[in-house]
Order: sequence, then C-alpha cells, then structure tokens
Amino acid sequence: MRRAFGIAPLWILYAFLYIPIAVVVVMSFNASDNPFLWSGFSLQWYPALLQDSDIMGGLRTTLIVATGTTVISVVLGTLLALALERYFPSRFLDAAAAAPAVMPDIMLAIGLLAFYTLVNFTLGSVSVMLAHSVFGIAFVAAVVRVRLAGMDSSLEEASRDLGASSLKTFWSVTLPGIRPAVIAGALLAFTLSLDEFTVAFFTASPADPTLPIVIYSSVRFGVTPQINALATLLLLVSFIAILLIQRTSRLGDSLRRKES
Amino acid sequence: MTSRTSAGVRRHGDGPLLRALSSIPALGYLLVLMVIPLGLVIAYAFLTSGRFGGVQGPVTFDNIARLFQPLYLEVLLSSVVNAGLATFFAFLIGFPAALAITRLSSTWQTVALIAVVLPFWTNFLIRTYAWILLLNREGILSDGLSLIGLGPIEVLYTREAVILGLTYAYIPLMVLPIYASLQRLDPVLLEAACNLGAGPWRRFRTILLPLTMPGIITGCLFVFIPSLGNFVIPELLGGGNSQMIGNLIRDQFLKSRDWPFGSALSLLVLALLVIIVMIQASAARRSRKWGA
Repeated sequence: MRRAFGIAPLWILYAFLYIPIAVVVVMSFNASDNPFLWSGFSLQWYPALLQDSDIMGGLRTTLIVATGTTVISVVLGTLLALALERYFPSRFLDAAAAAPAVMPDIMLAIGLLAFYTLVNFTLGSVSVMLAHSVFGIAFVAAVVRVRLAGMDSSLEEASRDLGASSLKTFWSVTLPGIRPAVIAGALLAFTLSLDEFTVAFFTASPADPTLPIVIYSSVRFGVTPQINALATLLLLVSFIAILLIQRTSRLGDSLRRKES
Repeated sequence: MTSRTSAGVRRHGDGPLLRALSSIPALGYLLVLMVIPLGLVIAYAFLTSGRFGGVQGPVTFDNIARLFQPLYLEVLLSSVVNAGLATFFAFLIGFPAALAITRLSSTWQTVALIAVVLPFWTNFLIRTYAWILLLNREGILSDGLSLIGLGPIEVLYTREAVILGLTYAYIPLMVLPIYASLQRLDPVLLEAACNLGAGPWRRFRTILLPLTMPGIITGCLFVFIPSLGNFVIPELLGGGNSQMIGNLIRDQFLKSRDWPFGSALSLLVLALLVIIVMIQASAARRSRKWGA
C-alpha cells in the first residue's frame, strides 16, 4: 500500500508526458475532417501524406540533412573524443566541446545566419547540415568519451609495443572497442537533426525547408488531420531510434551511472 | 621496467601525427561554426543596421541603450517570469517523480528513466502541437470540463498555456539530474530522521532538499535556459499575446532585419544566463563546503 502510494508521483509525471502524445496518435486515425472531433476510425490521412508535396519535399530535405549531419558528426565527434580522452585532456577543451549542448539554440542560430551571410554561403541543405553538425559533434564526442574512459588503454599500448602503427592500432584495437558508442552516437546525431527546428529555421533556404519547418508553417495556420498522421509516424521513428540507442549503448545504465 | 619506458617513448614517438589529425578537424570545425558565429553576434550588437539587413559601421552603443526601453524590459521580465514558473512547475512534478524512481528495483529504474527521456527525443514541434489539440476551445480539455459544467474554457493563446508548454517541453531535463543526486543520497539518513520522529515535510526540508541541492539547481538550469530563449511555444500556444524575448530576437533577424538590435537582445539573454550560472557555481561551492 505504502509502496503503491510511493510511486504515485511517477504516474502523474507519465500521465503528463504521454497523454498529449496519445491524443495525437488517436486523432491520426480519425475519419473526420475536423481535427478536434472524433467521428470514427480511418486510415485515410496516412496515404494522404504521400500526396502532400510540401511534406514530401520537407522529408527529402530532412533526410539529406540528417544523413550528412550523421556522417560529419560521427567522424569529427569520434576524433574529438579521442583527442579529449587520450591526447589532450584539458578542462578548457571539455567546456568547448560541451558548449553547443548547453547554449540556448537561438544564439547559435542567429550566429550561424550572421556567419553564412558574412561569407556569402548560400543557405540550403548544406548550411543546415553544417549547423546541425555543431550539436552532433558535441553529442557524439560525449557518448564516445564515456566508452573510451571505460576502456583499458593498455590494449592500445600493447598494440603499439608490438609494432602496429597508430592508424593500425586505431582501426584494429580502439575502433572495435568503441563501436557500440559510435553507433549510438550516430543514431543520436541522426535523431537530433531529424527533430531540430530552431537552427534549421534560421539557416535553411525558404525554398527548401526541412520537415520540422514545414510542420511549423502548417501548425501556425491551424491544425490539419494530415499533421496528426505525420506526427504519429515521426513519433514512431523517434521511439524506435531511442530504443535502438538504448540497446547498443545501454543508455539507461549510463543515465543511472552519470551521478559519479 | 625498460619495456614500460619504451612503451612510453613509442607512445609519444609515433603519436604526433595521429594526435594532430584527431584533434585539429573537430576543434577547427567548432572554431569556425560555433566560436566565430558567437563572436559575430557579440560584435554586431555594437554596429549599425544596414539598409537591407546586415550591418555597417560606425561602432555604437545605441543598441545596448535601446535594451533599457520599458517595452523591451517588460518583455524580458515576462520571459524570465514565464521561464521561472515553468521551472518551478517542472520541479513540483519532477522532484517527487525522481524520488519515486529511486524506490524502484534497479531494472525498473532503467525502464522508468527511459520512459522519462523518450518524449524528450521526439519532435519538439509535435509535442507542442499536441497541446493545441488538448487546449483548444473545441479540444478535449474544454469538452471534458463542459461535461462537468465547468467549460467551455479557452486556455490556448494565454500566458498559462505558454508556461504549461514550457514545463511540458523540458521537464525530463529536471528529472534526470535530481534523480542522479537522490541516488547518491544515503537512505540511512532518512531512516534515522524517521526513527527520531521527523515527519515527511521535516525530512524533506532538512535532509532531501539540502543534500540534493546540486541536482536540483542543475535541473532548474536545464529547464530555465532553453525556456528563456524559446520562441516557438509562445507563438504556437500563446498566440500574439505572450511574446517572449526569443520572439523579439527572431523578429529582429527575420522580419525587421535589424541584426544589431537582435544581437543586443541575445546578448542580454546571454548576460542573464552567465549571471545565473555564476550564482549556481557559487552555490555549488558553498554546498560542497557544507558537505565537507
């Protein structure tokens, strides 16, 4: 009895977190044109998404941006993690690497817009990709570092003692050891880019918006049933991604061990 | 002994290339696409707005002076109040929930934490949009209240809706750090207090609260900082009535095209955050001293 009462606050939190999401999912199967009024079950809004050229265009741009972001973030983020953990441990660099994750995103957004304009860089998929990679690198580096810190560096030393070059050591000893963290970091960078709005809003070309920008424009002018269906699909993608991240990196455990 | 030395020598002997290769690209990237852009924002705050957007000379303090006009101070104040209230409500719901998680078995703690983070990793716009469905006059909340004779009500496009939206968006960031510091707490302390006759409120006030203060402060910052700069929630849930400082910055950059003033506004936000983080750091130092 006491125990059941003890975890009641958790149920309140879950109700608060999940009821709005559940409402969106349920309403996406609504037959009615009125997005607020339930009138029967229907799947019609899902195929309707494929007909919507704005949404499909946004999806295409977002996938290009997220893929590019993932590649840049994984390569540079892993290298940054190596630098911070193995080669140049320094508090200053730690702070620099963590900054993108804690800074208000609007600061980075206007800064990048100012920068792109100053150097005459055309706004489009590439400008958003480069901007998202600033976050991506920070997150990949953070995830990979934890793994590197837990890895015994004597393996790498042994490999070098046995005459392997640094590159060879990296490929055959270090990389296999950190692979789960690299995969988790990649998924993290991809999900982040997929969902990111503020920075994309400032650094995308108005002619070539990402999916979150398309959603924003449509939601501003009212609620449509298609958006419910799109939202449900995006929720599904994010949920699957986070569960995959959890499986590869034991995210839950690292959340719990973070207290050290 | 010799082999150790030789390992050390080798390690530093053939490493420099890889060492340089590993750190230069990422740090260079962050320099060009993070440090320089932030530097530009700071510099632009002291320049004059160009005719078609962009900036030009001369150097001026006009933008900074403009910040102190009552109109802007009012928006800043209301942003701080909104973000502050969102932080407060996130704490009110988040703290007991974090405490509840620590009472679960180890396996269930992992599951419970993932369930808390999961919504945070879903699309932010969609989570905000969900509240439009719920809070609308024709929406579910209003219908439900009508059934028991309290409706219809219009919560959407009010300040309350903005605060609710901010709380909802960032509450997972409150739960995680509080959970982390609660987990480090020795349960014996609470048992002892209980045995000595301290009631729940007393236990909370004299043991839980002070000993988890670092986690609480981190959680509050994690909610407050992104809330303060947010412009999407005020626009979508607050309508035109509840502008926050983020909306002003957005408008200066994308509508009025007064970049220097937009930069000055964002410097104001940054200054505020720096002050808050400094207060936090000194509080953390004090609490460490207290702990020792």
